[in-house]
Amino acid sequence: MTEDWLLYEVFIRSRSGLEHKHVGSLHAADARMAIEHARDTYTRRLEGVSIWVVRSSEIVASDPQEAEALFEPARDKIYRHPTFYAIPEEVKNL
Amino acid sequence: MYTQALDSAGAAEPQGNVAEAARLERFQARIDRDEKIEPKDWMPEEYRRALIRQIAQHAHSEVVGMLPEGNWITRAPSLRRKVVLIAKVQDEGGHGMYLYSAAETLGVSRATLIEQLLAGQAKYSSIFNYPTLTWADIGAIGWLVDGAAIMNQIPLCRCSYGPYARAMVRICKEESFHQRQGYELMLALARGSAAQRAMAQEALNRWWWPSLMMFGPSDAHSVHTAQSLRWKIKRFSNDELRQKFIDVTVPQAQYLGLTVPDPELRWDEAAQHYRAGPIDWSEFQAVLAGEGPCNRERLAARREAHEAGRWVREAAAAYADKHRTARPCQAAEEGGT
Repeated sequence: MTEDWLLYEVFIRSRSGLEHKHVGSLHAADARMAIEHARDTYTRRLEGVSIWVVRSSEIVASDPQEAEALFEPARDKIYRHPTFYAIPEEVKNL
Repeated sequence: MYTQALDSAGAAEPQGNVAEAARLERFQARIDRDEKIEPKDWMPEEYRRALIRQIAQHAHSEVVGMLPEGNWITRAPSLRRKVVLIAKVQDEGGHGMYLYSAAETLGVSRATLIEQLLAGQAKYSSIFNYPTLTWADIGAIGWLVDGAAIMNQIPLCRCSYGPYARAMVRICKEESFHQRQGYELMLALARGSAAQRAMAQEALNRWWWPSLMMFGPSDAHSVHTAQSLRWKIKRFSNDELRQKFIDVTVPQAQYLGLTVPDPELRWDEAAQHYRAGPIDWSEFQAVLAGEGPCNRERLAARREAHEAGRWVREAAAAYADKHRTARPCQAAEEGGT
């Protein structure tokens, strides 16, 4: 069986001023080819002005099993949101 | 982009232990809350298998689907039609790539999927086992085959599996041009000479029934639909989608001045639906079993392309190996966010 080329994750900046956003993945022999394949695969309709490719094996991800431990502590800290504070309506510009 | 409801999820396996049952229950609860399942999340093995099967069939359909239309690129009647057809065929290839990527997130390698296709072990939409005999077939495919595919695919944008749903959103955005260029092509023929109108009618005659069959077996014979619906891999049954397709397509045929090749087709005023005559499922089964007009030709073309491209893949890999130690290109020079 033919071996797959390396797997890359593709990130596209849709226009200047916006961040690069993950759009999918592809296989390529090297980084240059990954950029070229990303161009053909993900930007056939002017979807981007810049491409990042990252080897998928280089991405470190959080474990869904740990989601609760990681994200639950933020749930009850509602004082981190502006709506937590009651300010009289007469007071402006706050 | 082309889907066909062939065989999707099987029934969940009986669970031996309580913990497993609880996990399954939590999983179903997430689905019921319309939460998306992502690659690293726990999922039942049957869910994973059903998705791999469906997404792979879908990806193969895109790739094999390039063949009947590619057949006409060199013979397109004008430069405009030619660039449009090339763009459409390129899109189909791109759609295949999105879908293979989505399937890979479930733990199957792309090489394995391609291997299965080339070995004749994988299914793809039977519609591509029909030949494209005239230029009008290119119009009929865009209008009917892509039309049926869109009908199938729009609900898949809300599929419970995140990577599949995201691929489908991208695909659906691109698909609408495919259908419109097909209808526009049919319109040009329908407004043309008597010979052109006859060609358009003849293409409709050949593509109508296979397009209806793209929605898969009728609900009564589709054993897997219930589980797929429960897992929100599918959102509507085969017959519901088929009916929707008939309802929107019949008036489009009337506008073209063409006749849908179904003597029993009638408008049901009470139900506000068109009622189609019975589908010849024996034909569907035969094409599925490999007896369609082009099954062998399609696979042979895929194998030939795969073999002919081998030296390119090997050369690229050798080149990459040689330069592996050298600095790769500046992928993100600004770094950071």
